[in-house]
Amino acid sequence: MRTGISTAHSVVEPSARTRFAAGAVVVAYALLTMIPLVWIILTGFKTPPDSISYPPKVLFTPSPQGYCNLFTTRSRQTPEYIAALPPATEICDKVARDDNMVVAGRSNYIPRFVNSLIIAFGSTVLSVGIGVMAAYAFSRFNVPLKDDMLFFILSTRMMPPIAVAIPIYLMYRELGLSDTRLGMILLYSAVNVSLAVWLLKGFIDEIPREYEEAAMVDGYTRLQAFRKVVLPQATTGIVATSIFCLIFAWNEYAFAVLLTSGTAQTAPPFIPIIIGEGGQDWPAVAAGTTLFLIPILVFTVLLRKHLLRGITFGAVRK
Amino acid sequence: MHWWSTGRRSSRTTARRSDGQAQAKHGMSTPAALVARAAQATPAGVASRMRGLSDRAIAWLFVAPTMLLLLAINIFPLIWTIKLSFTNYRANRPNAAVVDVGIDNYVSVLTDPDIWLAMQATAHFLFWTILLQVLIGFALAYLIDRKFRGHGFWTTMILIPMMLSPAVVGNFWAFLYQPQTGLFNYAVSFLSGIPASSFEMIGSVKLAPWAIIIVDTWMWTPYVMLICLAGLRSIPDYIYEAAEVDRASKWRQFWSITLPMVLPFIMLAVLFRGIENFKMFDMVNLLTSGGPGSATELASITLKREAFEKWRTGYSSAFAIILFVAVFGLANIYVKALNHVKNR
Amino acid sequence: MKSMSKMLPGVIALAAATVLSLTGADVRAQDKTITLCWAAWDPANALVELSKDFTTKTGIKMKFEFVPWTSFADRMLNELNSKGKLCDLIIGDSQWIGGAAEQGQYVKLNEFFDKEGIKMTDFAPATVVGYAEWPKNTPNYWALPAMADAVGWTYRKDWFAKPELQAEFKKKYNRDLAPPKTWTEFKEVAEFFQGRMIDGKKVYGAYLFTERGSEGITMGVTNVLYPMGFKYEDPKKPYAMDGFVNSPDAVRGLEFYKALYKGSTPPGLTNAYMTEGLDAFKSGQVAMMMNWFAFFPGLYKDPNVGGDKIGFFVNPSDKAKGVQLGGQGISVVSYSPNRNEALQYIKWFANPDVQKKWQAIGGSSAAKAVLNDPAYPKSSPFAQPFLDSMDMVVDFWAEPSYAQLLLSMQKRVHDYVVADKGTAKEALDALVVDWKKVFKDDGKAK
Repeated sequence: MRTGISTAHSVVEPSARTRFAAGAVVVAYALLTMIPLVWIILTGFKTPPDSISYPPKVLFTPSPQGYCNLFTTRSRQTPEYIAALPPATEICDKVARDDNMVVAGRSNYIPRFVNSLIIAFGSTVLSVGIGVMAAYAFSRFNVPLKDDMLFFILSTRMMPPIAVAIPIYLMYRELGLSDTRLGMILLYSAVNVSLAVWLLKGFIDEIPREYEEAAMVDGYTRLQAFRKVVLPQATTGIVATSIFCLIFAWNEYAFAVLLTSGTAQTAPPFIPIIIGEGGQDWPAVAAGTTLFLIPILVFTVLLRKHLLRGITFGAVRK
Repeated sequence: MHWWSTGRRSSRTTARRSDGQAQAKHGMSTPAALVARAAQATPAGVASRMRGLSDRAIAWLFVAPTMLLLLAINIFPLIWTIKLSFTNYRANRPNAAVVDVGIDNYVSVLTDPDIWLAMQATAHFLFWTILLQVLIGFALAYLIDRKFRGHGFWTTMILIPMMLSPAVVGNFWAFLYQPQTGLFNYAVSFLSGIPASSFEMIGSVKLAPWAIIIVDTWMWTPYVMLICLAGLRSIPDYIYEAAEVDRASKWRQFWSITLPMVLPFIMLAVLFRGIENFKMFDMVNLLTSGGPGSATELASITLKREAFEKWRTGYSSAFAIILFVAVFGLANIYVKALNHVKNR
Repeated sequence: MKSMSKMLPGVIALAAATVLSLTGADVRAQDKTITLCWAAWDPANALVELSKDFTTKTGIKMKFEFVPWTSFADRMLNELNSKGKLCDLIIGDSQWIGGAAEQGQYVKLNEFFDKEGIKMTDFAPATVVGYAEWPKNTPNYWALPAMADAVGWTYRKDWFAKPELQAEFKKKYNRDLAPPKTWTEFKEVAEFFQGRMIDGKKVYGAYLFTERGSEGITMGVTNVLYPMGFKYEDPKKPYAMDGFVNSPDAVRGLEFYKALYKGSTPPGLTNAYMTEGLDAFKSGQVAMMMNWFAFFPGLYKDPNVGGDKIGFFVNPSDKAKGVQLGGQGISVVSYSPNRNEALQYIKWFANPDVQKKWQAIGGSSAAKAVLNDPAYPKSSPFAQPFLDSMDMVVDFWAEPSYAQLLLSMQKRVHDYVVADKGTAKEALDALVVDWKKVFKDDGKAK
């Protein structure tokens, strides 16, 4: 409600000039921080010699070699051997032969990517699933030792992953869970569930109890009220929580590198060790990084409104 | 009806009574009063049948999976770590005799100068990353809150670095930081005129700590910005309007309204970034391997070397426990301060 | 509860599967696949090609798991320590023998060798001691020598041949510009090239190993230390290191390496190992490069710097001769479920004809049949330097606690050479203290 005073530069409605200036600064920052990212994407399309040229090349002829190297293994052959082979049909074959190499098979990138999908989504579903249940209980009921349990849950996030990995390594070795997808899903779920419970409790706290109570008057059981009344209301919170859990599990490295090997290895330990002939195959690494970013990017952009709402998780507003 | 509704009446009626008391505590807001009246009006038998599983049972059922998972993957291993820290166990020699060494490991850790160097490196990293990320993050959030045209799009663009895997980021920035073939030195020389080959970021003892700070800030400033933005958006407009009425200057408004109301959010961001960077391992390990020398060897990197390269399991368990106690203690104190700020 | 009748088909299926799997073992050996784990480098690609012969002869298919050197030890030791079943065969670094033997991670091969008539006398003695034996110098074999390797040097023959450079060098140092034979000569040549403009680009004298994370700088510095008189211990008294690890000779050697690093190498190589060296040499940055002989076949074939442009020389000497031993032996992992098939691979690999093919295809055979062949020294420009090197190789500790010893040396040397901490004597003194502690914890020294 405004009184007679009207200033040109109200904080609530900044002037056009202020807005332009603010916008300029933010856009400048965004462009600056985009540069390394753009460089990564561009490097994916360079040939290996171009990627390590000195000084660095901004203009270059694009080549599919980076992506081809990412998906294949190759071996070097003599030109005579290559000349004697039947003509190459696929593009990656052609590219390899130009360099006196022959495609020997598929690389391990796709299996690692699939492992990342299974483990990240699996652990997100598990941690958010049991997290929302626990959050509901903490929010609605007087669970004994509630405050202690909540703080204990938060404190499980304070151990450095390496520290947690030491006993987990020994435990998994005994139980045969080393290098298994199940083992990694359980581990990531345990790490994420603390965040999930805290975030979701904040969201559920904000949903008035009256809705469930009214539903229960109408004949719903507590469980049905939970499913049909509370969960739909908590969708924003669940989505925001899922994004955070997914990003963590998707990008996690320390546990993956210590506890997985051939079967359950995810993409983050795999990408930095993609070796070309002699040096690190930077175009392939860049290609792998770009592809690995896409699912998270898509997921987050589609759900960005929930993300903004989610990071405050009510705990501070109280 | 439900198979569990038989045979459990007594506990459920108790539950119903306690629920009724809870509702009475909530005051007489209309929906609650309505529910209370409805509950009293319903015959006991029907009510108990309609409740299904008792609330108490549901509470335990809902909490149990989380607790079990945490017990198995967090608590049990933690206890095991504590036990190991009193021995000389080495994971790469499972057949060797295990000897109880009392607090020797703890003494070794606390008197090892290399461990203290690692803690110093970690503290330096923590301080500067948090400071820079809060300053830049808050400034960005404030500017975005001016709501210029297209701010939604640009906000999303700024968020992208945070979605990358820290390990992959560290690996790639090592490429960017190469003085001969990397982009960073050339960009700096382009912008500032300092010749590209006159300095090296990850090779020099002086600059390497800043190299890791720059990369971490690049990655996580968007995170702090998000939190500050949520904080700024939570300040209702009418407060500002009231201040306008009182002829408060913009500067005054900022200091007396904006900053105090965003402070809890900033403190929360500091808490989360602090905990995460204390644990930092993957990005720095792939960027510098802790080098040159041990200039960027953070606590987690030292821990990994002790535990998984030298296989001194007992010793590294003691170190892990010490780190945990340190973080736990500091976080405890900080959360108390945070609650104090929230509640004033 | 489901009725028993519903479960019966399931039980029958399970029983059938069990019976089949037990009895079908022999029949299915023909479709077996075994996995071989090694480091990801040129020789590994060559081995993939070579192994096709094994599959043709036995029908056993091969799968490979290659990890880059900088994470190889970490990953593979982790695998062995977690009793992993990923690798049936492992071509492990020579220093892992102690730990793997004592912890029962490798299969002891004596019985198998005797049964199949594989004799260790058919392989170069240095490789048998280095890659196969534990304890050292006792006839207990845990690997078959697979890849004989040592540190060697490449140089830009085309630059050395430029007449104006030859004239200038002769004027300055009163001798011909040629691959150096001693470390003093090396420093002169390196300084000569440092900062020079050749073909329009600034070049540098030499490339040295400086990697911090795994083993790089240690594998580099020992090539200066050994010739200058460094020893790991008193030859008469095991584990007595004072005066040998930190002798005045050793101090001199360490200072020399640092001087070379500071004054004769390209900028920015503070954490560089094998692959960065190849990059630096191939992109024309350095006149001389230190690297493992394993890479030399690939370099010789390189379109940019190979052929006539490249030359090779053996590690320079000083008051003594010495060079760092590399190389690996191939072992059978004791947790492997395919032990028999893995042993068949070893039998195939030990065959002299296969060894000759291995040498030809880009590997580095340790078999006497290859090394003692009169045609060998002429087979490539790096063959003679390699033979000379194998006569003077010295290896790092291969104790079970070798990782601690190595990481300690990595830290002390890198701190001094790259991070400018303290003096060489202080670094070596601290190293002795570190190593004494490790041996004390092991019960091997007081």
